[in-house]
Amino acid sequence: MPLNRCHDVKVIALNPHGPEGLEHGLWLLELENPGFPDVRPGQFAMLRPPSWGFDPLWARPLSICRALPDRWVFNFLVAGRGTSALTRLKPGDTVTVWGPLGNGFAVEPGTRTLMLAGGIGLAPFVEYTAAHPAPGQLSLLFGHRPPLSCYPYEDLARLVPCESFQDKTPEDIPRFVALVEKHMSEHAGGLALACGPTPFLRTVQAAAKKFGVRCQISLENRMVCGVGACLGCVAADKDGHNVQTCTKGPVFWSGDITL
Amino acid sequence: MDLRVKLSGLDLKNPVMTASGTFGYGLEFAPYGDLRTLGGIVVKGLSLKPREGNPMPRVAETPSGMLNAIGLQNCGVEAFLKRRLPSLPWRETPIVANLYACDPDEFGELASILAAEEGVAALEVNISCPNVKAGGVLFGQDPALAASVTEAVKKRAGNKPVMVKLSPNVADIAAMAKAVESAGADILSLINTLTGMSVDVRTRKPRLANVVGGLSGPAIKPVALRCVWQASRAVKIPVVGMGGIASALDVLEFILVGAHAVQVGTANFIRPDFSFRLVEELPALMQRMGVTDLDELRGSLKTG
Ligand SMILES: Cc1cc2nc3c(=O)[nH]c(=O)nc-3n(C[C@H](O)[C@H](O)[C@H](O)COP(=O)(O)OP(=O)(O)OC[C@H]3O[C@@H](n4cnc5c(N)ncnc54)[C@H](O)[C@@H]3O)c2cc1C
Ligand SMILES: Cc1cc2nc3c(=O)[nH]c(=O)nc-3n(C[C@H](O)[C@H](O)[C@H](O)COP(=O)(O)O)c2cc1C
Ligand code: FES
Repeated sequence: MPLNRCHDVKVIALNPHGPEGLEHGLWLLELENPGFPDVRPGQFAMLRPPSWGFDPLWARPLSICRALPDRWVFNFLVAGRGTSALTRLKPGDTVTVWGPLGNGFAVEPGTRTLMLAGGIGLAPFVEYTAAHPAPGQLSLLFGHRPPLSCYPYEDLARLVPCESFQDKTPEDIPRFVALVEKHMSEHAGGLALACGPTPFLRTVQAAAKKFGVRCQISLENRMVCGVGACLGCVAADKDGHNVQTCTKGPVFWSGDITL
Repeated sequence: MDLRVKLSGLDLKNPVMTASGTFGYGLEFAPYGDLRTLGGIVVKGLSLKPREGNPMPRVAETPSGMLNAIGLQNCGVEAFLKRRLPSLPWRETPIVANLYACDPDEFGELASILAAEEGVAALEVNISCPNVKAGGVLFGQDPALAASVTEAVKKRAGNKPVMVKLSPNVADIAAMAKAVESAGADILSLINTLTGMSVDVRTRKPRLANVVGGLSGPAIKPVALRCVWQASRAVKIPVVGMGGIASALDVLEFILVGAHAVQVGTANFIRPDFSFRLVEELPALMQRMGVTDLDELRGSLKTG
């Protein structure tokens, strides 16, 4: 019998992340561990409370921020209808979960690895760092707008060297781009991993190419099924073929994908 | 309880099939249930050559439904037969190939390739896709064109049952049903999606790059029931109903208005084990309602 990797689990806790999380729409959601096989860092799950009825219709994809023996932790930003509906969950409520989905980031214990996160793109790097067999190889550059206390940044900063950059005005963006370039230029021969909004990923993609750094980027395309069936989440690969972000990604080698 | 259904040469162990385009090539759902328990699997629409489909964005969420303008992205018939079909449990569960082509000859060519395959149980002819410029829904809106496509497929389909999938985007669904029945269709399936659109006022842009797309999901169930009711009364061949099915009760509604079997589409996106759960839930619901055989229900709608 195949194992059904879609389960109804209970909400353990749901709280704004940090003292200013509520103001900025950043939340931490803890669900019972659905008991699926191993999670690779960078993988995600589809979440859908049955209480939604038919509206919203689709589940929402969230990166697995921590996979602990008793629970899965998600860190999310309120973006629209679905994520605001998620903030109304209460401990004990049911959420349908399927996953872990997608391919996850490369783990190369012998290679210096630079993590580049933009905003809520930090989420998968929490699990990445926690699960990495040689965290001494890791470092993080984090660009964000809401205060650091809204993100699980402290957890990471305790384990690996981190640099953060808060972008407050539009003039800060070129300065952040320059910072990404500086880190990339110092990272030749290493591995770079990025997750965040598309303009940020474009910056990373260009910098990786310029400095010849092997680089993976994680895309956040809109998902419907999460399992590769609907073809609603596709991205164009380097040959112009449409590939499913949910199953061929969400992590791609940066030269293999058109943003 | 006996849930078997016979559809002119296509035998199902239960009436729950999965709808084309919502269940991939089947294997995508293998981690979520036992494919062998399904009544049948209709795979993503196949064309002679691989197709990349429409530009992004090509899906939009709507109240109790969704719009899609995938544009029939698919791996092409050859890759399907070589790389996908052999891994499917086709001996235990009928695999139905859904066909799309630009003209009747090309439909015929596709049909002859698929007819030669032991693992393909039946052909479903998509004359109703709203998302492609050439052919597509046009075939499904003109009874004469629909009949010519049906004939072309039937001629080359050997002994495989031919199911023709109708569009709801027509004035007279019964006339379409009769036209394809007289052209030789063995089974009818309906409905495909309703043409719709969605607009983002903030950006003043349509939410789909293709501007219009096909509406599916619970929102379309009333239209689907009406179409199945009208079509099944107009023909003698069996009818497979779909459109918005999202519970076991919905399945019985379709049977009541005249369907022999059903296909589950968008609900597979609500949760990936949806169709498997439906197969499990159906007998319990029938028992609660005191129904032992779907024949008792079929077409027994009381209209006064
Ligand atoms: C693999 C993957 C992992 C993700 N991980 C996280 C995570 O850990 N934490 C987190 O906060 N978010 C994450 N996201 C993004 C999250 O899924 C979206 O913010 C969410 O689906 C938006 O739903 P909504 O109903 O709130 O917004 P909607 O009401 O549907 O839309 C509101 C706005 O958000 C935009 N939007 C919709 N879907 C997405 C999307 N998938 N990505 C970016 N923008 C979108 C829309 O275009 C619109 O402008 C991830 C997305 C993917 C694909
Ligand atoms: C994403 C998507 C892709 C589809 N692709 C096809 C297709 O390739 N061929 C086809 O005949 N119908 C296709 N359909 C239509 C469905 O098979 C079905 O007729 C329709 O969605 C109505 O059923 P539902 O409301 O249960 O989804 C597609 C539907 C969706 C949502
Ligand atoms: S979300 Fe359906 S194919 Fe990726």
